[in-house]
Amino acid sequence: MQWEAVIGLELHAQLATKTKIFSGAATAYGAEPNVQACAIDLGMPGVLPVLNERAVRYAVRLGLALDAEVAGRSVFARKNYFYPDLPKGYQISQYELPVVGQGHLDIDLEDGSIKRIGVTRAHLEEDAGKSLHEGFVGMSGIDLNRAGTPLLEIVSEPDLRSAREAVAYMKKMHALVRYLEICDGNMQEGSFRCDANVSVRPVGTEKFGTRTEIKNLNSFRFVDRAINYEIERQIEVLEAGGEIVQETRLFDSDRGETRPMRSKEEANDYRYFPDPDLLPLEIDSAFIDEVRAELPELPDVRRQRFVEQYGLSNYDAGVLTASRELADFFEIVAAQADAKLAANWVMGDFSAALNRTGVELNTSPISAQALGALVARITDNTISGKIAKEVFEVMWETGQEADAIIAERGLEQVTDAGAIEAVIDEVIAANPGQLEQYRAGKTKLMGFFVGQTMKASGGKANPQQVNEILKRKLDG
Amino acid sequence: MSIDAAQVGQIAHLARLAVDEQESEAHARNLSDILAFVDRLAEVDSKDVEPMAHPLEMTQRLRPDQVSEPNERERFQALAPSVSDGCYLVPRVIE
Repeated sequence: MQWEAVIGLELHAQLATKTKIFSGAATAYGAEPNVQACAIDLGMPGVLPVLNERAVRYAVRLGLALDAEVAGRSVFARKNYFYPDLPKGYQISQYELPVVGQGHLDIDLEDGSIKRIGVTRAHLEEDAGKSLHEGFVGMSGIDLNRAGTPLLEIVSEPDLRSAREAVAYMKKMHALVRYLEICDGNMQEGSFRCDANVSVRPVGTEKFGTRTEIKNLNSFRFVDRAINYEIERQIEVLEAGGEIVQETRLFDSDRGETRPMRSKEEANDYRYFPDPDLLPLEIDSAFIDEVRAELPELPDVRRQRFVEQYGLSNYDAGVLTASRELADFFEIVAAQADAKLAANWVMGDFSAALNRTGVELNTSPISAQALGALVARITDNTISGKIAKEVFEVMWETGQEADAIIAERGLEQVTDAGAIEAVIDEVIAANPGQLEQYRAGKTKLMGFFVGQTMKASGGKANPQQVNEILKRKLDG
Repeated sequence: MSIDAAQVGQIAHLARLAVDEQESEAHARNLSDILAFVDRLAEVDSKDVEPMAHPLEMTQRLRPDQVSEPNERERFQALAPSVSDGCYLVPRVIE
């Protein structure tokens, strides 16, 4: 039987606020345990939550970017469960009336087409603390610094049909929250996490199969592996005549498999009810207009502009706008040199150097200004593309400016026709045999002469001029 | 709507309450009576009534995103039964 996977993702984005969603305690990452957990975060008796304006603003930003309806009125609810890292015995979340309603996000598929993925809703909630199981004999340590950190949970429709689509959607949303500057997107620190709902059904049927939920996936690779594993597992179970149990599963990245959480941990009856400590949140159109005015240029719009303004291919524009940092970097380079050449350098040698050395864009030894200055020297014929690669390597190693390296090492391209002609005369004189063959019709030897001339000039002769002059002399 | 002894056990588990199995039947009867009493509200036509999220006719005030809470770990941890290395200690929980 042919099977089809049906996948929906719940993405949790930690909002980049300075303070908690309901308290004035700091949210800085990496602090000593419990120094950023105040009486409200600890659920001390008599405290009251007060909502952080910036968290609301950030939620609205995402809502507008997803072309979703921002709720004029939304309500906070208590989600009840017991776990040591949840001091109050409930998580404040939103249930029936979330702040962001139906929206959508377009993803690029492998075949070049675009697929629109529905976003069901996005709601505000607080994060839990962390349980530490190592280093305490017979006990668990609880660090509540993260408790109360604002989260935006973004729930997709079950529109995704493969692990690949799921990863494409997650990457697009990851880029979007960073464009919007509402989440730092740091997945290692848990700022952006994913739960995946997965089911399979026979191709051609409408009805969804029973789904399982894979919790807490914190890298794109794990999402890909966990979903693929889960799809295979479900198909195997069904083809053997078994049934899928609706359950929560964890992905074990060492073994590359998912396995059920113990049933006790998944008491899925959260008994939601409106939180009496919080009043309904009202968002008026003036606030929405204000947020709309502060939105940056969104990735899809920027991509289209790159195609039109710089004459880039849709694919290249997509690569360059995949992150706001890279798009900003490219535009600084392109401002100084030919845009297509700039794109090739940013996506080619420069990205390769980042990958090779594991350096992040923001700590690159070559700034966008400096790379632009290098590419400008190719555009204005000071150096050839080949020499530029050498200069680039030196820049990467030493942090020197392109012009300084070119001057210091005498790498300027030779464009003086007389000088090039002199070199060519020498090369021709030194290779009478090849000249004879060329003139006898073996014109492929042109390449040989070009190579010899470039070599003799130390790679500095302008290749275009070399070609022209050589052709004239050889044919003459 | 009524509640049976098994549901009493489930609710008690969710709330981490110890309920004597022998008393479950009695609890089930009492809870069922309470639900039947509240159910009388269902007789009212509330089709056009917006569900109430809060009894006060007010909306949520927002707080500026400024750090206002200093580190008071020492004070809070003085109240805890067991702490170590800055962490609150609890009976071991394993995922």
